[in-house]
Order: sequence, then structure tokens, then C-alpha cells
Amino acid sequence: MVNYIIKRLLALIPIIIGVVLIVFLMIHLIPGDPAQVMLGERGTEEALAALRESMGLNDPLYVQFWRYISKLPRGDFGRSIISNNPVLLEISHRFPATIELSVFAMIFAVLIGIPAGIFASIHQNSWFDNLSMSFALIGVSMPIFWLGLMLIWLFAVVLGWLPPSSRLSVGIELNNITNLYVLDSLIQGNWPALWDSFKHLLLPSAALATIPMAIIARMTRSSMLEVLRQDYIRTAYAKGLSGRIVVYKHALKNALVPIITVVGLQFGVLLGGAILTETIFSWPGLGRYLVNAIYARDYPVVQGGILFFSITFVFVNLIVDLSYGSIDPRIQYD
Amino acid sequence: MKWRSLSVLLVLALVLGAFSLSAFAEGKYGGTFIFGRGGDSVGLDPIQVTDGESFKVTQQIYDTIVQYKPGTTEVIPGLAKEWEVSDDGLRWTFYLREGVKFHDGNPVNAEAIKWNFDRWRLVDHPYHIGGDFTYYSYMFQGFPGIIKEVNAVDEYTVEFVLTEPQAPFLNNLGMVSFGIASPAAVKKWGEDYFKHPVGSGPFKFVEWKKDDRIVLEANEDYWGGRPYLDKVVFRSIPDNGARYMELQAGTIDMMDYINPEDVASVKENPELDLVLRPSFNVGYFAMHQNFPPFDNVLIRRAFNHAINKENLIGAFYAGLAQPAKNPLPPSLWGYNDEIKDYEYDLEKAKELLAKAGYPDGFEFDLWYMPVPRPYFPQPKLVAQAIQYYLSQIGVKANLKTVDWGTYLDKYYADELPTYLLGWTGDNGDPDNFLYVLLDQTQNNCGYKNDELHEILLEAQRTVDHERRVELYMKAQEIIHNDAPWVPIAHSTPPLVKRSYVKNYIPNPTSTEKFHRVWLDK
Amino acid sequence: MTTDGTAVKNRPRKKSGNPWLEAGHRLKKSKIGMAGVVIIGILLLVALFAPLLAPYSPTEQNILFRYQPPSSEHWLGTDEMGRDILSRIIYGSRISLRVGLISISLALLMGVTLGLIAGFYGGFLDMVIMRFMDIMLAFPSILLAIAIVAILGPQLENAMIAIAIINVPRFARIIRSSALSLKENDFIKAARALGAGDFRIIVNHLLPNAMAPLIVQTTLSIATAILEAAALSFLGLGAQPPSPEWGAMLSDARSALQKAPWVATFPGLAIFFGVLGFNLLGDGLRDALDPKMKNA
Repeated sequence: MVNYIIKRLLALIPIIIGVVLIVFLMIHLIPGDPAQVMLGERGTEEALAALRESMGLNDPLYVQFWRYISKLPRGDFGRSIISNNPVLLEISHRFPATIELSVFAMIFAVLIGIPAGIFASIHQNSWFDNLSMSFALIGVSMPIFWLGLMLIWLFAVVLGWLPPSSRLSVGIELNNITNLYVLDSLIQGNWPALWDSFKHLLLPSAALATIPMAIIARMTRSSMLEVLRQDYIRTAYAKGLSGRIVVYKHALKNALVPIITVVGLQFGVLLGGAILTETIFSWPGLGRYLVNAIYARDYPVVQGGILFFSITFVFVNLIVDLSYGSIDPRIQYD
Repeated sequence: MKWRSLSVLLVLALVLGAFSLSAFAEGKYGGTFIFGRGGDSVGLDPIQVTDGESFKVTQQIYDTIVQYKPGTTEVIPGLAKEWEVSDDGLRWTFYLREGVKFHDGNPVNAEAIKWNFDRWRLVDHPYHIGGDFTYYSYMFQGFPGIIKEVNAVDEYTVEFVLTEPQAPFLNNLGMVSFGIASPAAVKKWGEDYFKHPVGSGPFKFVEWKKDDRIVLEANEDYWGGRPYLDKVVFRSIPDNGARYMELQAGTIDMMDYINPEDVASVKENPELDLVLRPSFNVGYFAMHQNFPPFDNVLIRRAFNHAINKENLIGAFYAGLAQPAKNPLPPSLWGYNDEIKDYEYDLEKAKELLAKAGYPDGFEFDLWYMPVPRPYFPQPKLVAQAIQYYLSQIGVKANLKTVDWGTYLDKYYADELPTYLLGWTGDNGDPDNFLYVLLDQTQNNCGYKNDELHEILLEAQRTVDHERRVELYMKAQEIIHNDAPWVPIAHSTPPLVKRSYVKNYIPNPTSTEKFHRVWLDK
Repeated sequence: MTTDGTAVKNRPRKKSGNPWLEAGHRLKKSKIGMAGVVIIGILLLVALFAPLLAPYSPTEQNILFRYQPPSSEHWLGTDEMGRDILSRIIYGSRISLRVGLISISLALLMGVTLGLIAGFYGGFLDMVIMRFMDIMLAFPSILLAIAIVAILGPQLENAMIAIAIINVPRFARIIRSSALSLKENDFIKAARALGAGDFRIIVNHLLPNAMAPLIVQTTLSIATAILEAAALSFLGLGAQPPSPEWGAMLSDARSALQKAPWVATFPGLAIFFGVLGFNLLGDGLRDALDPKMKNA
């Protein structure tokens, strides 16, 4: 097990190097540079030249690449060209916002998707099965940026029940410890902040949850159906065990491996998909920030941010792989 | 005729503004003022930033040596209560207010001002770090540029020695970029100073939550009197529609950049007021003369005749703009109102096309900006409308865009045959429009005219105001005749406030101090 | 499609007759699949006969009649340039279909080639290709697409290329795994013993065997490609005006969400139905072609 983890972590290294190299080359291929973006309409030739020099943009690409990568092992991601803040600091402000949104969406997706899938599989071809699977199909076909707009229009504009954007209302005070607002307000027992941040989370996480919820429900259903057909389940029924015990103790446990795989995969998709949701709901997360950083040619930020996303993605996969072992002891790591 | 009613509105706003200034000069103290805007600040060291969202905040925290009178670009005393200039225009002496203190308690004296300027202009200064001091080199022509020396004559007298006279020097000193920072704070924080700003302005920095909010509190000892407001909060809400919803819901008190589509509903809502920023910009459609047939003045004039500016402004500025006939905005001195704009006349346009040898039209690329700017709140829609108007005279425009960085890259590289762009003034001098945008050594539309070049250079060297006015009038005539652009509009960028927000006077330069704003609730 | 006896014989789930015909029958019986066929059929017809169906030109503007609510004259109202929304949606179907088909064909071509090389030849090439695919999968795909479009410039064609690229790894993986599993099979060895070259083996044996999952994946990917293109256009990186691309229409409607919500409603619905059609067909095909491979 420990060997396996070490092996997987070592396998991370070429991926990280690959991601860094590809991102570096890619963003330097984009025409225009940060000096121009900063100066906007005011970029006289002299001003541009001076700014490029001080940003180190005049050095050959390999020099710039080496400068960047040689600092990485020390955890130095450089400073943002635009804000001059350390990249790690910029990310540490925004990443928790993305995580909070994604985790909430995942909780939504799992809490609704898995029970719906189980219920649909037990009552295969019932009206509930048909209805929930139709909803699942609708869910995977939904353009979430449209759904987000419609949710804002309905719940914020027409009904006025929920806030249209951001993470916290202005009057609400909250000290930041982890930057996960729900967690922070729980730790401090700050109930108004908890309620407020929860309200802000509702619309964006519901929009973000649609697709994974649908996929998880479908996966749960088909995986359960597969298991329910197996001999040992029939045996269990034959032994006179009650339906509920069979379903939850035997069938669900065995159906869980593919479900967890999908949950893990979808969590990765969520992190990336959050970009659109963050844009629509003005959510101050990492995804939206990175999109702006690409536009601003803030090279160190783009590099650091994508690296962060990729590493998280790989780690989530690792955790998923490891969780198989605890669910199904037959799975061996080597 | 829309612009006429607009100007009535403007006058009304000014009168009302003046009225409120006198009648309600006694405002109420207290309250938190929440201002919603489209993006976060980049940094709070004004000399290091170039974006409007940073300046909005630093305007509150810092003072400048001189400042602009509210609602104008007229220079009035700031940290300096008076000043004088030598006859050759090379030696400026400023007499500072006494007893003014930075938020950290240190005195604002001649030494502090000298220290700030030395930090900005000397590349070997130990605190010339943490950024690029862009606006310094831009306004004063490099490092150290035209400021040869800054001397602290005594505790409250500071002297600037220039290498050459600069007509807009005083106006430049009032720009928000040149806010005076506490030397002690800069030394304490070094490269991280931009997160810990210390000035002497009406509000003190409290807290900055990235991408979310910046909180300021009243400076009790402000030399201009304690601000009415206790607290100011700047919130970032990127989406215009979402920001407007927050305003309607009352979770913010004021906002900028409203969608033109929503302006009508503001006017209907008694709880909301529209506040118009005086126009200080120009949005234009440039035709690059390196790309035939735009080297032909007849074609450029034909385009000028083919575009219906009135309709464009009605649709895409919610009427909150004036049709442009000159590069200069009308609020600026030197504006030539004698010039008659090319009237909207399709027949004339077709005639000119035929005369130029293109009776059946032609095809070309029209580039539009990917981002809204005050002078083009909806560039994509304006581009589509222009495309449509030109199709009426048989010319086919292919719309193109790229992201903002690349757009500017192509613009500077003279790769755009025709494009939308604009300019917002820096310091209230016509040179800052005409020379910067259209002189043959500066422009990016392939426009060359030696006579214009001579005139613009002479105006830069001339100190006599009347003579300068004359020169700029002439320059505008030449430009009108050569038609390098179709000037589209001078917008009056709208802000929207809850009606209980009183005494908000927007400045043409895009930022204003909030210390006279008060809340009637 | 294939009558190669060996291939069929070695397929684990053979029953009787031609498996493709059988699949066709199963698809016909699948309500889901047929619903998809119907939606896609309608979409194709609309795209084909757009000039006949559309009441107005999709680009004819009238800026004096912007944001007209739905009426007998303009069934779905008019947009920010005073154009007829119905006509634009009708013409937009052409764009969305084209984007879906072309970008996924490109992805298919690249993915199948890379997957075959990796799976068939193995070794160092396999390692390099698959590591590269892993790296791409570890990227947030929409960021990758944004960066690609930023390099190439925002045009529909470039958005298609970006979408094709982010879909490559999925196809490469499918093909590679089926190539791996078949490489050591007896019938491949037999074919090789009979003197068949690599190319013949690939075309005659490997591809037909990977066909079922490939078809399903292709159909489902067209659905996501339409969504991705709309998303890119929504971010201003896809179709350029005055093109009536659905995502771009939606994006332009954002600023009028309060004033004219219908302008945003209809293009969104159009995207939804287009995507739904291909998802339904994909599901139906999966049930028909490979009843065991559910919801992969």
C-alpha cells in the first residue's frame, strides 16, 4: 500500500513537468504580452520596451523557462506580473472558493444522484425509474451557463429569494481562517454568516451539480442492476433476507466501486467546469481568475494555476483508487 | 436630436449638483457606503498600477500635490496650498499645507514629497521596486524624464526643476497616479507595499479580500474635513446584470458600468438615480491608410457619411453620449465647434465610393474590441451596426476580434485595416488627445500630414494659452478634412446610485474622492 | 459493415446472423434511441431547409426594433440588433451540427490514429503517447480550449479545432485498449501468419472490433461538442457576429436578461434540444450495440 502510494506520487513528477512545459509553451505562443495588456491604449514604444525589460520578457524563452522551473522545487511559483503578489498567495485566496463550490455541488450530486439511482434500479421500469432517468438525460444535455442564467433570472430577479452572485452579503462579517466560508462560520459559530454563505452557495452549486448528478444517478442505477442480477444476490434473497438488507448490505457495497470511480472523475470535471459557473455567478474562484490571467498574459499565474488544478485532479484520482481497497478488500495494490 | 436633450440633462445635472452643494452642504455623518464595480483592484500603490479599478480606491487613500476641482479638470490646491512658476517654465515651487499627517502619523512635508518623486523617477533608488512606475515615465517622458531635480527647500516648500517646459505639468501632478505615499510605510513593506497602502487622503485602508471587497474607514483628521461616511466598501461584481440586481436589492449603494439595456428601468425607478460622468473620451472607427483602399480620402469620407451615429447612440449607449465630430471631447478647451460633421447620407456616400473607383463596393476586415470600455460599452453591437450601415452602400465588412492583449498587439503592429478603439483623457490637455492619437509619429492608422505635425509640435512648446487654442482649432480642421477616422461618440459613462446617496459629483477623469458624499437614510 | 467471419466469430457476444443488423433492430425497438433519431432528424431537416423555413434573414437588422417580445410577426421576438430570433435559431442549427460533426470527426481521426499506434506498436511510443494523453486529461478541458483559441484567434473554425483536441484522449483510450486486448488474439496471429500487413490487420480486424464503443462514444461526443462550442461562443471565443451561433446568441442576450428574458431563453432551449437528441441516440445505440456496456 505504502509502496503503491509512493509509486503513484513518483508518477506525478513527469506529469507535473509535462504540464509545466506544455502550459509554458502554450501561453507564450499566444500573441501579445503582459506589457501591452497593462499599458492598454497607452503603450508607446518606449514605455513598452521599458516595461518588457523590467518584466524579463526580453530574455530568450529557454532562459525564462529555466528561471521558472528552477524555483519550483522550492515551492516558489513566482509573482504575478499584474498584481506583483506571490502566485501561491493569489491561488490560496481563490482556490478555497472553487473547492467550496465544487464540494457543495458534489454533495448535491451524490445526495440526490445515488439514492435516485438505487431506487430506480430496485424498481426497474417503474414510473420513478423512467422519470428519474429522463431527468438524468435532461441533466446531461443541459448547458449549465444557460441554466445558471435562468436560475438567476427566476430566483434572484423575479422571485428575489436568493442572491444573484458572490459569496457573502456586504453587511455580514466573517473572519477568514480557511477561506471556506461555510467551514469558517461553523468554526466560529457565526450563524448569520453560515446562513448567508449557504444561501449564496445554493444557486451556483445547484447549477454546477446538474451534470454530475445525472451521471452519478445513471451510473448507480446501471451498476446496481448489474449486481442485482448476480447469483449471490439471488442467493441472498433465497436465504430469506429482507429486501432492504440485500440491497444495502450486499448489492450497494458491490456496486460502489464504479460509482466511486465516477464520483472521483466527476469531481475533476467539476473543478474545471466551475469556470463557467464562476463567470456567471461572479464567484471569486480560481477558474475565473485563470481565464482572466490568460487574457492578461499573466504567465506565472496561468502556469501556477493550471499546475494546481492538474495536481488536484491527479490527487483526487489517487484517493479514488485508494478508496477501492477499503470498499473491496479483493483489490490489491502493487 | 438626442444629444440636445442630453445636454439639457447635463446642464440640469450640473445645476442640481451645484444646488445640492450649496443647499445640502450640511450632510449627515455616518454610515457605510458600498460601491459595486466590475473588477478588483490590481494594487493600491497608485504609481504602480494602470487600471481604473485600482485608481478608484487609491483616490480615496492618497492626496496629490494639486487636485482637480470636483466635476472638472480645473486644477485646485491639494497638498500644496499655493505654487509659483519661473518665467521660463522650468522651476516650480510648491508651498505645502502645514500639519497634514499620513495615516501612520508621519508628517506630509517637503522631504516626504521629494522622497516620493525620487522613488518614482530614479531607477537606482532603493525603493524603485515592486513594479514599473508606468505612469511616471508616461507622463514625464522616462526615468528621470523631464524632472531634473526635486528639492526640499524647507519643511513646507518643495521645488521642481525641469529640463524643459511642459505645458500640462501642473495638470499632470493632479493625476491620481501621483498620490503621495508615506515613506515610512513604503520602507516597511517594500515589495508588498501595494497591499498596505498609507497615504494622507480622506479614507484609511482597513482590509482587502481579493476579488471580493476592499474596506476603507474615515480619516478623522483629514485636512479637508472629516468625511461624512464612516466606511467605504468597494465590492467586485463582474457581471453588469448581477451588479445591477444587487443595486436594486439594495445590497450595494452605487455602481458603475450599467448595461445600456437597463438604463430605462433606472429612469423608471424612483429609488434609483442616474449620475452621468462628464464626457472626457472619444470612441472611434479608424481606417488604416496602409491598407488600400483606405489610403483614398474619398473612401474614408464615404464611410463618414454612411454611419448613422444618432441611431448608434440611441441603441448602444442608451442615448447617454454625444455624436463625435472631432477627436476632442466638447468639454475640453480648444474644442472646435465650427466644424460641420459629415452628415448621414447614403447617396452621398455611394457617390464618393463611385468617384473613388469602387461603385460596386469592396470587402474588408473590421476589428472590434473584445472588452467594453467607457467609450464603447458594447463594441460588438456597434461593430455589427456599422457592418450593417456599410452594407447599405455595398461595402462588405467582415467582423473580427481577438482577446484584448492580442488586439492591442495587432493595433501597435499596424495589422488592423479598420478597427474600433477609443481614448479617455489623462490630464485635461488637448495635446493628450490630438498629439497622442493622431500625430504622424504616434498614430497607428497610417495617417501622415506634415502640416498637422508642425502644428501639434508648436502647440506643445507654446506656453501662451490663446495661441494654443488657435493651433488646436486649426489641427481639428485638418483632421476633419483628412478623415482618418469616423469619430463615433463621446460617451457620458453612467453611474447608478440609490437615491439616498447624496452629493456624488463624478469627475471627468474617472475617479473622485468620496469625502463629501453622504447618506440620507 | 464487416462480413469478416473471423472477426465476428471472435466477438464474445455473438449470437446469430450479422451483429450490425441485429443492433439496428434493437435500436428500432429502443424508444430512447428513436426519440434521438427523431430529434436529430428534425434538426437535420431544419438545417437543410433553413432558407425555406426561416421567416426572415438571420442577419437583417433593424436597430429601431430591438428587443421586441414574441408576437405574431416575430414568433420568438427580436434580439439586441432587432433581428428575428426564430430565423436565427433556424440558421443556427446549421452551425451547431457542423461544429459537432466536424470537430468530432477531427477528434476521431487524431484519437484513433494515436490510439492505434499506442496500442498496436506498444513500447516507447505507447508510453509517450499515453503519458501525453494523461497530461491532457489532467488539464481542465475548458481552460485548455480557451488557451488554444487564444493562440489561434477566436473563430468558429479555431473553436472546432480546440474542441477536437480536448476530445482526442477519450478516443485514443478506447482504441488503445481494444487494440491491446485484441493484439494477442488468435485471429490476429492467424491473419499475420497468412501474411497480412499491419495496415490490413488494423483496417480489417482492429477497427471493426472497436467499432461499437467507438460509435457510441462518437455520438455522445457530438452532444458534448455542441455544448462545448456553445460554451466557447458564450465566452466570446467561438462564432463571430453576425453568425447566429446558439451559444453566441445566448452570450449576447445576457446583458438584457432583466429587460428581455426571452432573448436568452430560446437559444438555450435550442442548445438543450440539440444536445439531448445526440445523447438520446447515443444511449439507444449503446443499448443496441452492446447491452453490457451501459453508462460507461
